Amino acid sequence: MIEGARWRRWIFFNLPLTLFVIGLLFPFYWMVVTTVRPDAELYRPWMAPNYTPFWTLHPTLDHIRYLLDETLFSRWMLNTFFISVLATAISLFCGLLAGYALSRLKFPFAGSLGTGIFITYLVPQTLLFIPLADVIRNFRLGDTPWALILTYPTFLIPFCTWLLMGYFKAIPRELEECARIDGATRWQAMVYIVFPVAVPGILSAGIFAFTLSWNEFIYALVFLSSPEQKTVSVGITSELVRGDVFYWGSLMAGALLGSVPVALIYSFFVEYYVAGITGSVKG
Amino acid sequence: MARVIIRNLNKKFDGVHAVKDVNLEIHDKEFVVLVGPSGCGKTTTLRMVAGLESITSGEVLIGDRVVNELPPMDRDIAMVFQNYALYPHMNVYDNMAFGLKMRGFDRVEITSRVQAAAEILGIHEQLNRKPRQLSGGQRQRVALGRAIVRHPQVFLFDEPLSNLDAKLRIQMRVEIKKIHVRLGTTAIYVTHDQVEAMTLGDRVVVMKDGVVQQVGEPLELYNEPANRFVAGFIGSPAMNFATVEMADADGALWARHEGIRIKVPEGIAGRLRRHAGENVTLGIRPEDLRVASDGDTADQSFDAVVEVIEKLGSQILLDVKVGPNTMVAAVEPTVKAKVHDHLRLALNPDRLHFFDGVSQAAI
Repeated sequence: MIEGARWRRWIFFNLPLTLFVIGLLFPFYWMVVTTVRPDAELYRPWMAPNYTPFWTLHPTLDHIRYLLDETLFSRWMLNTFFISVLATAISLFCGLLAGYALSRLKFPFAGSLGTGIFITYLVPQTLLFIPLADVIRNFRLGDTPWALILTYPTFLIPFCTWLLMGYFKAIPRELEECARIDGATRWQAMVYIVFPVAVPGILSAGIFAFTLSWNEFIYALVFLSSPEQKTVSVGITSELVRGDVFYWGSLMAGALLGSVPVALIYSFFVEYYVAGITGSVKG
Repeated sequence: MARVIIRNLNKKFDGVHAVKDVNLEIHDKEFVVLVGPSGCGKTTTLRMVAGLESITSGEVLIGDRVVNELPPMDRDIAMVFQNYALYPHMNVYDNMAFGLKMRGFDRVEITSRVQAAAEILGIHEQLNRKPRQLSGGQRQRVALGRAIVRHPQVFLFDEPLSNLDAKLRIQMRVEIKKIHVRLGTTAIYVTHDQVEAMTLGDRVVVMKDGVVQQVGEPLELYNEPANRFVAGFIGSPAMNFATVEMADADGALWARHEGIRIKVPEGIAGRLRRHAGENVTLGIRPEDLRVASDGDTADQSFDAVVEVIEKLGSQILLDVKVGPNTMVAAVEPTVKAKVHDHLRLALNPDRLHFFDGVSQAAI
């Protein structure tokens, strides 16, 4: 907290914070308003006498109805969910084991292996999708969910590994040593002691991985082609923009509904998530 | 209950020779303390006994079994760590029960053992609390309890009291001693605190730079230190040292230095005589110095200038200058001295220590 006079607090703390929050939330507000705005208002020119850009007096659910009835939106949601959950599960599993091994076990080239994993994370997806497209074609996975479930871990595993590695390093070694003296094998010590203590870290890695998969765009755009296989992010932008016609109402409705699951997950786990990022284990 | 034998134990970490040829035999039911400054290899030795550190060469026997290749879980030991290492996601009961659960004890047995240990340690009211809700002393008790419930063959303590405040440390020290007397389990205790070592240990092992300097009962270390390092490490305030020249004159042996001219008592003059003409180190404990009275002879006393006075209540510590050397004298609380006073200090001639000028071994 900022010490000092009341005006000082207002100028240096409350005011900037308010501006910041407004700036952050405005796109979401715009999304909501556009979703419920009738078409007549949406396409009204800005010089019109009854032009109201920031609110609407005739809210409607038409766009949402159109989205759910006339497009494959619910199918896209399902696809995205399926792909994100599986990709997250695979990445978390590999990341847990790799992160533990890199932070705790002594084996040759451990250091360079850790660096190597990190470097793969630095290769931009916009380059990596070209060779990956070839791999996907050779395995005949194109236009199936597996094309994404198996390619998302290419950036999720390095990410999870590094996040968890840092978290495991912050857990006192003695905890595990004590468990091993108490009669646990290395594996048992890991499962009964290290993993439960690392829950905040594991959760935040999971949330991050899930969000990254949910929002991923370029792989989904390249590897999926038929409308019924698409994910939300690709489906909305490719099916609701036809030629140069933007279905703004339904587009925004899709964006709004598409961001709900992520928002829910974050709000549920926000405490764990913060603890995972700041990474503190107290004995 | 078991004895522990350590034979020619060595540990090398990437070129650092941390433990050098340690030999030690710890008897059944004995409480042995490893003591030494940081980096002396005491903790590494303990961790090799525990199986947490691989052994470069040598042997460790627990009971009559060589345990070099056994994983920690099969060595039948319990260890208490400096930072307690309590499992933060478990309550006190589960912390103490974990080792028993891992070893497949039945529920009734686990409950009775945990209750018994909690009773001994006075933590039976905290069994449902999580470690973070406990005070430092309580956490240490839980860590002790976790070791006790297992009824292991050997207890290993790795500086268990270092994280506690001074008052609690003394209290827990007594408690550890009581538990040892009650259970009679063989114990190896590592500390850097020589007071802890002296008060707890049946025998004390002093280590420095990976080498055992001396093994003995506390008073043996105090009265007959094997070398200058042990002499300086054991005892508080520390022993005073001065480099003196041995000289054979007037039919007696004299230890001489600026400001000091002491006649070496007949009893030990014999073995010191061959160092005549050489420089040796003279050691006098502060408690063996006193303010000289009329009865003291000139050849067992020297002049000193008071520099600092530390009043401890039961005694007064005088930091004095003797020639170029600084010494500490622990004198009676009735002594009236002021800074810059000149006084004459007498020493107890039977309690002089001499160390070789080169090897620093006791003569």
